[in-house]
Amino acid sequence: MSEQRKPDIRPGRLAAQAYAAHFADIAPPLTAAQAVLEASRCLYCFDAPCVQACPTRIDVPSFIKRIAEDNVRGAAQSILQSNPLGGFCARDCPTEVLCEQVCVRNVQQGQPVAIGRLQRFAVDRLLASADNQIFERAPASGRRVAVVGAGPAGLACAHALTRSGHAVVLYDAAAKPGGLNEYGVATYKTVDDYAQREIEWLLGVGGITLECGWALTSVEQFEKLRREYDAVFLGLGLADTHRLGVPGEALEGVVDAVEFISTLRQAADPATVPVGRRVVVVGGGMTAVDAAVQAKLLGAERVDMVYRRGPEHMGASQEEQDFARTRGVTILYWLAPVELLDEGGIVRAVRFARQRLTAGRLVPTGEECILEADMVLKAIGQRLGNAVLAQCGLTLRDGRLAVDAAGRTSVAGVWAGGDCIAEGQDLTVDAVAHGLRAARDIDRQLRHPAPAKE
Amino acid sequence: MARLDIEFCGIRSPNPFWLASAPPTDKAYNVERAFEAGWGGVVWKTLGEAGPPLVNVSGPRYGALLALDRSLIGFNNIELITDRDLETNLEEITAVKRRWPDRAVVVSIMVPCQEESWKAILPRVEDTGCDGIELNFGCPHGMSERGMGSAVGQVPEYIRMVTAWCKQYSRLPVIVKLTPNVTDIRYPARAAKAGGADAVSLINTVNSIMAIDPQTLTVSPAVGGQGTHGGYCGPAVRPIALNMVAEIARDRETAGLPISGIGGIGSWRDAMEFIALGAGSVQVCTAAMVFGFKIVQEMVNGLTAYLDAKGFGSVEELRGRALPSVTDWSRLDLNRVSKAVIDQDKCIQCGRCHIACEDTEHQAITSMRNGRRHFEVKEEECVGCNLCVNVCPVPDCITLRDLAPGEVDRRTGRTVSAERLEWTAHPNNPVRTTV
Repeated sequence: MSEQRKPDIRPGRLAAQAYAAHFADIAPPLTAAQAVLEASRCLYCFDAPCVQACPTRIDVPSFIKRIAEDNVRGAAQSILQSNPLGGFCARDCPTEVLCEQVCVRNVQQGQPVAIGRLQRFAVDRLLASADNQIFERAPASGRRVAVVGAGPAGLACAHALTRSGHAVVLYDAAAKPGGLNEYGVATYKTVDDYAQREIEWLLGVGGITLECGWALTSVEQFEKLRREYDAVFLGLGLADTHRLGVPGEALEGVVDAVEFISTLRQAADPATVPVGRRVVVVGGGMTAVDAAVQAKLLGAERVDMVYRRGPEHMGASQEEQDFARTRGVTILYWLAPVELLDEGGIVRAVRFARQRLTAGRLVPTGEECILEADMVLKAIGQRLGNAVLAQCGLTLRDGRLAVDAAGRTSVAGVWAGGDCIAEGQDLTVDAVAHGLRAARDIDRQLRHPAPAKE
Repeated sequence: MARLDIEFCGIRSPNPFWLASAPPTDKAYNVERAFEAGWGGVVWKTLGEAGPPLVNVSGPRYGALLALDRSLIGFNNIELITDRDLETNLEEITAVKRRWPDRAVVVSIMVPCQEESWKAILPRVEDTGCDGIELNFGCPHGMSERGMGSAVGQVPEYIRMVTAWCKQYSRLPVIVKLTPNVTDIRYPARAAKAGGADAVSLINTVNSIMAIDPQTLTVSPAVGGQGTHGGYCGPAVRPIALNMVAEIARDRETAGLPISGIGGIGSWRDAMEFIALGAGSVQVCTAAMVFGFKIVQEMVNGLTAYLDAKGFGSVEELRGRALPSVTDWSRLDLNRVSKAVIDQDKCIQCGRCHIACEDTEHQAITSMRNGRRHFEVKEEECVGCNLCVNVCPVPDCITLRDLAPGEVDRRTGRTVSAERLEWTAHPNNPVRTTV
């Protein structure tokens, strides 16, 4: 290893014209002809497994049949009735482990119906149409609900509540709504500012007041929300990331993968986003894949994605791992970081200890290796990171908000969903399902208040 | 290797595949290309009387029923008989037949239902050296409004009369082409035979409207905003044609009358079906119009391979083989019992069999077992209707099993008899005949 090398992190590693190709739509939209042909592969199964596999229970056979019958608007209606963020989920869902995994065509033809792409086709067509509002609000209930966090959970919750006739104020700490849809998902999955276009459509139903730049930072704010609104939904997401907990974490060049992805998403031109010549990504989830692949796409010479366990334990599905590899990422397993090596306050390499599983426990084998790095992206998970919540009296479980089967927190009149709750699984579609679940329960309670127990 | 050459009512051709009278056989250019591609014969597009040529629409003549993958299910047309001058057609037929002496060249004719008209055209057609004539009593559109085509084919007396004229004024074999737009195909066939026809060909096209444009709410295709019923053909009509061929082949009065089978033939297998039901030649149009003339090579190859595999030395050895299996409903053996069987190794768990049976039939297929998705036939409910077999997307996953005599039908509790029991003798039949 050369002791003379200099850290190398810079933007513009590629020829200007290369960026457009690198960050183009990962799965280009289906043409109408392709959509109909693909739709014809759907068998319209009885009690379809794909519906059961969808956290929001989208009626897949129905919407696909409508595409086949040239009723694309009806298809979009069917999707959005179950999931108002159906367009985003169509882009972001790991369909290979959800609806498409259980498609019976896998067994027969070794290839599922392209449910995700068909779903995107239908919703895209609707959103692009002149009269794209398919929902109407119920008569005003006179009730007001505060939704904190305009990520997928909050958006879904707000949309369902306003449809039920409740007035919603949707708060978000960031400059733009969308949460991870806007800041956290890889650029090539949501080209053309899709997250914002979808939100614009979603808010178009009316009855939702959006307030960005509002963060929940005090107990007083929380109590005020409870006083002023008939119900509160918390879809805060996870504000903080886990630390590696090894020496050298503060060195220059060590970056949160979440931040790296966000910077890229918000950059008007990806050529302006700095990336290391040699990048080490620590972690094995979808964030790790998104960060690793995008680092490579930005022109990193070498990207190593390093995970402390084996491929089967990874949060990223096999398909995502394969995707990363085909984009030039090297995935290394059974390596846990021990130390980030320093050169004048700048990271120069990562030392890893090889791991093995012994009696169900991860233990070092004693072997070590060093990977040179100009940039280290940390992607070992996120955490709640908002101490105020516990002070508000909200019960936590495993470091996140505890909720019951209806999405109720331990505080009366307060519901929660998305990544900030204990059952959150990092999927947009799960967050949507949480938001909708809470909205149903809130609506029920606002219409038929249970006798006060307090 | 099996021989494909045939002799059909005295007309020889190197294979049984003829192009039907239609646009593909309208002129020498097309027919030459067809013969080069390997077609055994053609029926030249219908000639009309001498005089000013007919006029076709200068807009859409064809409409199609397409599957989602845009494969063609059905096809229709409103084209009339040839719109070319009679003399030109006769000259070209003469030249083509001279160049292709081994191929069958049959000339289709449609003139008004008057003896003089037929008497005038027949010698002229005969002079071309063609092998036979086909009387177009079938076209259901346009010409029928002028008292020709299916307007003749729907009146057995006319068929008999015109056929007799043709036999009187021509020495050529006479093939009578029948329209399916009748209630009972046996009557026109009997009339053709009674008139002296050497053969019949069927089916011509079926009256049809293809579609309504959802935007304009006009019939589609449309000429200047209006449409008219056309003649329907293609794969969708094949079952109708097969039935009509079988009806004629097994009718006491017409049995043995040579039949040229027409209707949705696009492969060797389709041709096999017509031949097995008694057809001596087959005619093709739609498939050629979709794929071009080359497809005859696949048909020839496929039919040869099939005949070889079955040990048939010729087309004639296949002809009519399936006919004994066609009978009247009243002659079906009501003592036979079948039950559906689902091959669990092949089942992909789509559940179509279940919901079809549950909603529309006999509730004879499970959807769950021990809380898990599982599709299995409940023999105590199954009537052996075959619906599940037809809706299953997996070939040979669901089959029908015939119960052996002595087995108990779990639906009725009765032991399956080895005896035959036809409705004619069934105890529930109030007018049963004792055998």
